[in-house]
Amino acid sequence: MNSGFTFVPLRFLAQAMTLDPGHHHVLHPAAPQAGHIEWLYWITFWILFAVFVLMIVAFASAAAKSGVIADHPLPILEKDEEGDRRASWGVASAVGITVITLFLILVLSVVTGKRVEGLTSKNPVTIQITGHQWWWEISYPNSQADQTITTANEIHVPINTPVVVLTNSMDVIHSFWAPSITGKRDLLPGYSSAFWFEIDKAGIYHGQCAEFCGLQHAHMGFSIVAEPVDQFQAWQQQQLKPAREPSSTDAARGREVFLTHACLMCHTIRGTDAGSRFGPDLTHVASRNMIAAETLPNTAGALAGWIVDPQRIKPGTEMSPNPLAADDLQALVVYLQSLH
Amino acid sequence: MRLRLQLGLLFAIASVLVSCQREDRILRQPPPANDILNTIQISGLNPGATSIPTPPSSNMYQESAYAVSEGQKLFEQYNCVGCHAHGGGGIGPPLMDRDWIYGSEPGNIFATIMQGRPNGMPSFRNRIPEYQGWELAAYVRSLAGLLPKGVSPNRPDQMNVKPSESSTSEQKPTGITGVPEQHK
Repeated sequence: MNSGFTFVPLRFLAQAMTLDPGHHHVLHPAAPQAGHIEWLYWITFWILFAVFVLMIVAFASAAAKSGVIADHPLPILEKDEEGDRRASWGVASAVGITVITLFLILVLSVVTGKRVEGLTSKNPVTIQITGHQWWWEISYPNSQADQTITTANEIHVPINTPVVVLTNSMDVIHSFWAPSITGKRDLLPGYSSAFWFEIDKAGIYHGQCAEFCGLQHAHMGFSIVAEPVDQFQAWQQQQLKPAREPSSTDAARGREVFLTHACLMCHTIRGTDAGSRFGPDLTHVASRNMIAAETLPNTAGALAGWIVDPQRIKPGTEMSPNPLAADDLQALVVYLQSLH
Repeated sequence: MRLRLQLGLLFAIASVLVSCQREDRILRQPPPANDILNTIQISGLNPGATSIPTPPSSNMYQESAYAVSEGQKLFEQYNCVGCHAHGGGGIGPPLMDRDWIYGSEPGNIFATIMQGRPNGMPSFRNRIPEYQGWELAAYVRSLAGLLPKGVSPNRPDQMNVKPSESSTSEQKPTGITGVPEQHK
């Protein structure tokens, strides 16, 4: 509690080492690629640790050997050819060892890069991820248009299956980073690229935009839900359905509110007239754990707060404030929560 | 030496004062004001002898480069381009010329957007928040070169009318009187 300032970094490090593995952490890999990156991290760490210890030992022994020079002016030393030669050898071998060490680290990182990039399976799941300020559009492209799933900020993938990710951005450069899964990948506007990952362990892994992209960069998160294949397929089937019809009068009124206010100018709910693609697809918004790019839990209160005054929660977000009447807002939230 | 010191001090103070003029982005919009649509007058005729004073037609958003560029974004996003193109017109009247069927003041343009107009202009009332209507109005005025150069979007992807750098007089719109024949 009252440990001094000097202990703070140590405490932070200790915390980072023991962080809950379900959270995002480079040192708790959940995928083979993140495992390779962790391996590179530790091997580099121990090499540099050894170099550091050697340097300190050499420095300390040199400092201990030399006596205090008190004479002024300094004495002129005799020419010592043997000593000069020894010194030259010392410097040359030190330079050689340094170059070899650096080269070794270079080779290791190239090898890791190769391991992370290479794709072995020919039967992957393909996901298109498009960066927006400040959320992630996720779609599962399919040659049949009605079999394409579009969602936001929550990526579902089957475990032990390679996932190919196609990337693009709508506005500025974003960077896709799920530390427990794989390395960072930039999303460039107007430029499609691709990478892949594969997850071993079922779980929810967090990710974050890792390239400064504007006001709400820090609140541009996403999560990856890795689940067994049958669960993933069930999720896919559910997402392919159009939005559920309202089952209560409240929900029906909520849909009416959605379709007669600003909501439909930016959002899609498949099965209704709302079809704009500037904001996240809300067809199955209730099936997601979080809203507003992993900023708020998907609860009635958070939804209502986000709808009424999003600029308070994420200043600068593209979502406009919606000063709805209290009962309209209530009905709208009931409707949105029914969209499983 | 002393003069140089004084000049240096003056320069330092001036550079500090210059930063006072920094433009602010209004991220959290104030709640919607009174129903402004009811205060906008399109016709010059009034019942009764005394005419109602015209409401102030200033648009705080047209002083802000950020708001004007937001308007530019919304102009694309809400598909204004579908009819007005990038100011050149098509199905709808052009916005970058001097003819304004329903007036060129910010309040007129705002009312046109919110209320809709006969022969095809849809009403965006309730569909977009009021501040976005004002941002759009500011951008539409920038298309016609009615905004100071300092706030109009500096890198438009399309045609843009701006007063040329050598021009000394401001371009004045012809206003309500300039209704082209085909739109009457």
